Amino acid sequence: MLRIRCPWCGVRDEAEFRYRGDASVRRPRGDAGLAAFTDYAYVRDNPRGWHLEWWLHVGGCRRLLKVSRHTVSHAIHAVGAPDDHLPPPPDGARE
Amino acid sequence: MLTTRPIGSIAGRGSSGRYSILRLFREGLNGQRGWSHAWRKATPRPRYKVVIVGGGGHGLATAFYLAAEYGIGDVAVLERGPLGLGNVGRNTTLIRSNYFRPENVRFYDHSLRLWEQLERTLNFNAMVSQRGTLNLFHTEAQRDLFTRRANGMRLQSVDAEALDRGAVRSLLPLIDLDNGRYPVLGGFLQPRGGTVRHDAVAWGYARAASAAGADIVEHCEVTGIRQVAGRVTGVETTQGVIGADIVCLAVAGHSSRLAAMAGLRLPIETHVLQAFVTESVKPLLDVVVTYGAGHFYISQSDKGGLVFGGAIDGYNSYGQRGTLTMAEEVAAAGVTMMPGLARLRIVRQWGGVMDMTMDGSPIVSRTPVAGLIINGGWCYGGFKAIPAGGMTTAHLIAHGTPHPLAAHLDLDRFADGRTCDERGLGPFPYAH
Amino acid sequence: MTGPARIANGLLTDPDRPVGFRFDGRSFLGQHGDTLASALLANGVRLVGRSFKYHRPRGVVTAGPEEPAALVEVVGPGGREPNRPATTLPLGEGLVAASQHRWPTLTFDLLSINGVFSRFLPAGFYYKTFMAPGWAWERLYEPLIRRAAGLGRLQPVAGAQAAPAETIHDHADVLVVGAGAAGLAAAHRLGTLGLRVILAEQDEVLGGGALQDARWDTWRAQMDARLRRLGSVRCLTRTCVVGAYEHGVFAALETLTPAETAAFGGLRERFRIIRAQRVLLTTGAIERLIAFAHNDLPGVMQAGAALSYLRRYGVAVGRRPAFFVNNDEAYEAAIALHAAGVEPIVVIDARAESRAAERARAQGLDVHGGAVVQEARGRGRVRAVRIVDRDGRSRELEADCLLVSGGHSPWTALASQSGASLRWDESIAAFTPALDAASGCVAGAARGCFGLARAAADGDAAARALAAGLGRSAVAVAVDPALALPEDAEVTPIAPLWEVRGRGPAFVDLQNDVTTDDVRLAHREGYEHVEHMKRFTTHGMATDQGRIGGLVGSAVLALARGLPVAQVGQPRPRPYLQPLPFAALAGSDVGAHFKPKRRLPLHDAHAAAGATFVAVGLWLRPLVYSTETGWGPVLKEARRVRRSAGVTDVSSLGKIDVQGPGAARFLDFVYANTISTLAVGRARYGIMLREDGMLFDDGTVARLGAEHFILTTTTANGAAALEHLEFHLQACCPELDVVLTDVGDQWAQFAVAGPRAREIVAAVVPGIDLANEAFPFMAAAAATIAGLAGRLFRISFSGELAYELAVPAGEATGAWRAVLEAGRPFEIAPYGLDALNTLRIEKGHVTGAELNGNTSADDLGFGRLLKKQGDFIGRTLSRRPGLAAPDRLQLVGVRPLDRTKRLRNGAQLVAPGAAGTGLGYVTSSTPCVLEDGWFGLALLAGGRQRIGQRLHAVAATHGEQIEVEIASPHRLDPKNTRVHS
Repeated sequence: MLRIRCPWCGVRDEAEFRYRGDASVRRPRGDAGLAAFTDYAYVRDNPRGWHLEWWLHVGGCRRLLKVSRHTVSHAIHAVGAPDDHLPPPPDGARE
Repeated sequence: MLTTRPIGSIAGRGSSGRYSILRLFREGLNGQRGWSHAWRKATPRPRYKVVIVGGGGHGLATAFYLAAEYGIGDVAVLERGPLGLGNVGRNTTLIRSNYFRPENVRFYDHSLRLWEQLERTLNFNAMVSQRGTLNLFHTEAQRDLFTRRANGMRLQSVDAEALDRGAVRSLLPLIDLDNGRYPVLGGFLQPRGGTVRHDAVAWGYARAASAAGADIVEHCEVTGIRQVAGRVTGVETTQGVIGADIVCLAVAGHSSRLAAMAGLRLPIETHVLQAFVTESVKPLLDVVVTYGAGHFYISQSDKGGLVFGGAIDGYNSYGQRGTLTMAEEVAAAGVTMMPGLARLRIVRQWGGVMDMTMDGSPIVSRTPVAGLIINGGWCYGGFKAIPAGGMTTAHLIAHGTPHPLAAHLDLDRFADGRTCDERGLGPFPYAH
Repeated sequence: MTGPARIANGLLTDPDRPVGFRFDGRSFLGQHGDTLASALLANGVRLVGRSFKYHRPRGVVTAGPEEPAALVEVVGPGGREPNRPATTLPLGEGLVAASQHRWPTLTFDLLSINGVFSRFLPAGFYYKTFMAPGWAWERLYEPLIRRAAGLGRLQPVAGAQAAPAETIHDHADVLVVGAGAAGLAAAHRLGTLGLRVILAEQDEVLGGGALQDARWDTWRAQMDARLRRLGSVRCLTRTCVVGAYEHGVFAALETLTPAETAAFGGLRERFRIIRAQRVLLTTGAIERLIAFAHNDLPGVMQAGAALSYLRRYGVAVGRRPAFFVNNDEAYEAAIALHAAGVEPIVVIDARAESRAAERARAQGLDVHGGAVVQEARGRGRVRAVRIVDRDGRSRELEADCLLVSGGHSPWTALASQSGASLRWDESIAAFTPALDAASGCVAGAARGCFGLARAAADGDAAARALAAGLGRSAVAVAVDPALALPEDAEVTPIAPLWEVRGRGPAFVDLQNDVTTDDVRLAHREGYEHVEHMKRFTTHGMATDQGRIGGLVGSAVLALARGLPVAQVGQPRPRPYLQPLPFAALAGSDVGAHFKPKRRLPLHDAHAAAGATFVAVGLWLRPLVYSTETGWGPVLKEARRVRRSAGVTDVSSLGKIDVQGPGAARFLDFVYANTISTLAVGRARYGIMLREDGMLFDDGTVARLGAEHFILTTTTANGAAALEHLEFHLQACCPELDVVLTDVGDQWAQFAVAGPRAREIVAAVVPGIDLANEAFPFMAAAAATIAGLAGRLFRISFSGELAYELAVPAGEATGAWRAVLEAGRPFEIAPYGLDALNTLRIEKGHVTGAELNGNTSADDLGFGRLLKKQGDFIGRTLSRRPGLAAPDRLQLVGVRPLDRTKRLRNGAQLVAPGAAGTGLGYVTSSTPCVLEDGWFGLALLAGGRQRIGQRLHAVAATHGEQIEVEIASPHRLDPKNTRVHS
């Protein structure tokens, strides 16, 4: 069970959040064309390691959080608002 | 429609000899000393016609069918660790072909037919047990959906039966039909569905592929994919560079990472699906049953343990372990469905990492890199697909064109808008 | 007398409180505080079960949860429960237990014939046979195997409902796992430093290894008293931490005593989810077995278990014990038994000499140094042991039990799950763990620090380090002076010994009947990786998780492979460390409470009107206002709507309030059709797509002000649609000033539908001119409804003239009654979900059956709604070629040619003569309301081109096939005159 530190609500259990997928893909401009939207909707880096992802705090402030989490250890090293630039993940994270 | 013909048995020519009850008796008199390696522990040669990355169910089955069906024995299967410890050794062992989409019904039913002759094909008893798979429904909407699926299956001469509550009860003496929340209205049974001893599938295919000439190389991790002018030429491994005309990735759970070595990004996210097993008890459950009102399905193994699972954990993960949240939800659904399970004790919980595709269907496809083929994206349905996945991948390798049964599983379907979304959940793997 | 083998008073037992119990039909007496195992041993019962595969006789081997063999069925009020270790089963008055996995009786088990044929039934024999004939596996072999396998029987009492269960959410600064010398010292230190501590101990008392040594009784008592004084330490006994998860979360199973169970209404255990900043693992070490011939014979036990039975229960496990050891620690049992008056005692030590042997000899014990036990002998129980002396001579010694110690392995399972790395420690011949400091540490015997005083000191040091990491230092706080620790004896190191080869099976896993020969067979066949060996032989996969023999199996494999054990390793441990009942993990969200029930604001009014409710997701909605089944009452409700008027509750629809300067722009982005052009006071049907171009949801959008909209979503997608909007607002449109508010629970909403709806609504909404021109179709306005501040919408889902009235949820009943009252002259009545469905199908409106996630806007006939200008979710990808393919499934109507035939939802549509290929399927169907026959909606390949064609609707599961005509989906009033009337 993940414990996510919401910047507005503090450390909360995973059950309060809804996962919304990869936050490193950003929606292209409307006129970007089919290839760009295919990439956006379907194609993922899917890293084994640090992953930037969306969590919506539905059981709390209902804010959308950008979370940097390790996909093997599940360690979370940063949480922020959608437009925050999160600090780069540490090197050599434990797996 | 492709017909299934028995595959010529080529197993038994290898060093491990032929398995039979007489042999078992003979070896018994001799202290079981006469057995030898089930598969050759090969060291890789510098070059093969085909290199298959991944010594799991699909990789090993592909190697076997390449040799047995398509006459290509110049094959190496490279496995990072010991073979068969990924998803083929971590799943809940179910086989079935009850699907909504006609092309999926065809594909998985072909697989089922290959399962039905597996022990004779491989001379290895993987204990294919067609005890039936039962899906319970709790609402009229679910009944309609399952009716549609069953009718679609029947159109293709695949078995599907609608059961009323009485029939459900007689199959499942422990069920609580009238639980206070979502009473069971009935069920749909596929009698030919069932279970297979999962480890034996890997071992059986490995032994048969090895006997047919394929090299199975364990502890050989692929670290790079070599290309010249957009065409694959081989792989770099921890045991050196191995040349190949065709490289096939069969590493579901890790497809993205291997594809990235060839510069490709895939419509895949990796997620964890957990499984559980209970203590061994005397026969309690003679059918595979799926709850319709929550994440829970369960069957009983020959050894007596009840094997069960639920849904994926719901966020990207490569951690081969289960989480607590989903475990609690699964257990609650189990006790709601069958209150009599309450005192049964769960011995182990584990997880496997799945290639979850963006439409919930697998990928058996060529790629933009010539000579690089992907068998992956099996989501949480890869085990049952092993025979058909191996067969159709072997076809694609041998002929360069998709097997008709797997033509809908190409990579281009996403860009073209021909996705194959069984449940209509859209490009949100965490929701599948 | 509570058993002939009771030679002393135990720490836990009360000789003045005899307890009666039954085992296999015989009555016995034990003492309060006994386990079933100690009581049976006290009564001289050796044979308690049969083994899994060969049905060999088995007795008690250990004194704790690591027990592999003494598993019994317990018969209680809830039925029969299998596989309970007798070693942890508290002896309650009237306990009824039985041996299992034998037929017909324990002493005469016909399946012990398997043992005779064991040479033909090696590990994995089933992979090599039973292959022909093809039918025989399922019908013959498999049923035989299944019946023969499976240990005990689970027989819940018929009709039994889920037992009560509790899930407790706990928090601590530090979780200390294991209350032995190290754990007690650590918890004390941490608590003194002001940290909040949970000390979890699986045993019923604190003390762990310190319970085994009388010299430590004073220290234990003092420590116990000090911990009780410390408010910050909570000691949880009978609490096994069963799993370690990420982010400092641990799962623990607390087992209640029979008395607690009685006091708490049958509650058997609590499942604790513990969140801790750090964990301190003081889980101790587990004594391991040595493999030799017939090391499973009843009477072969672990040496430490013999000490436990003596200390805890006052039971001597034999009158003439032999010990087989390779380490000094095991001598404690021999010396204690001797001191309790048991003699003669013989010790066979694989090492030539040791400090412990010297001490034992000084006390009069007979020690054979440099010797090994080759075989345990006896029929059904140990009568003698065959040993090989240091000079190689083999001889037999008389003994009635054989107490074995192959050394002690730190219990690393929890550490491994917490991410610890394991290192081979040659000095103890075992793996020791090391944790990442950020998660915690391991101390005491759990990291190979043997000896109680050493362990206590190690626990204390670990606690100081943890506390410092959490910002607490001993300097800042006054700390209790340390208690005096009894000294550890000097020890001679262990001489690793895993197996003594001999004649007869030597077991490494007693529960799954895995022998050293099986391990070697696995190696011979190439299953040489430890995970392959485990899977091939099933070693370590039983309920005891191979705790006493796991490492021995690895060592035997290592020897066969010619590698050091360190390189072969052990299989990866997985949760749960102790078998976890379904009930405990499930908690209380089961049965009727499996999911929350959402009731409509008007639920009671519906119930009073005789509604039958149906579960729709979490909601309970009125299906029909009748208890009668069949179409009669449904059609009656629907006809009333078509002919006069009806009212239905649509409060379960999602309702989202959207306000702000960016609201119109935002809605243009999330809806596929244009919203911004909507005039204030008007509503519009809106469709939302997913980014892949498929329909996501539909509903109405009403504009209540320039910057104020109210949306409805489908019932099924209420929560999902809100999240969809919130996500896209925050992720894609951060520049827009929009506030989304879920008002689903604030508003009750009901539809008044039918040709007489206007007259009825006018009576309850006096302030608004409802004339067609003044309040036309798709008008929306704030309104006073039956005296309440509400909203009025002229929208229709039934195809009739209709209004939806929204009123504050808490006051909805008054408005509902007012509508019924006003409608009385028109014989208004409520209609349920079935009638609502009937009405909408005839009109060709879609619901979840058609919005199935695979249908595009064009598939359902909404193609012309997509706006031509501007970006919106799903715009680009809905233009992919595949979505314009001519064989896409499109929405059509279907009507049986024979008006007496009914349609079936889920029937497949097939071209005549083209069996095998489905063209589509029926999604929704209903008897027509005002005419004969059935009408349905279907999704059909190239459907719009097929209107007028005749196809077959095949419902194989009903054994039906009928001829149908393909039609427009809009059967009723295609020109929309009724809704505009």
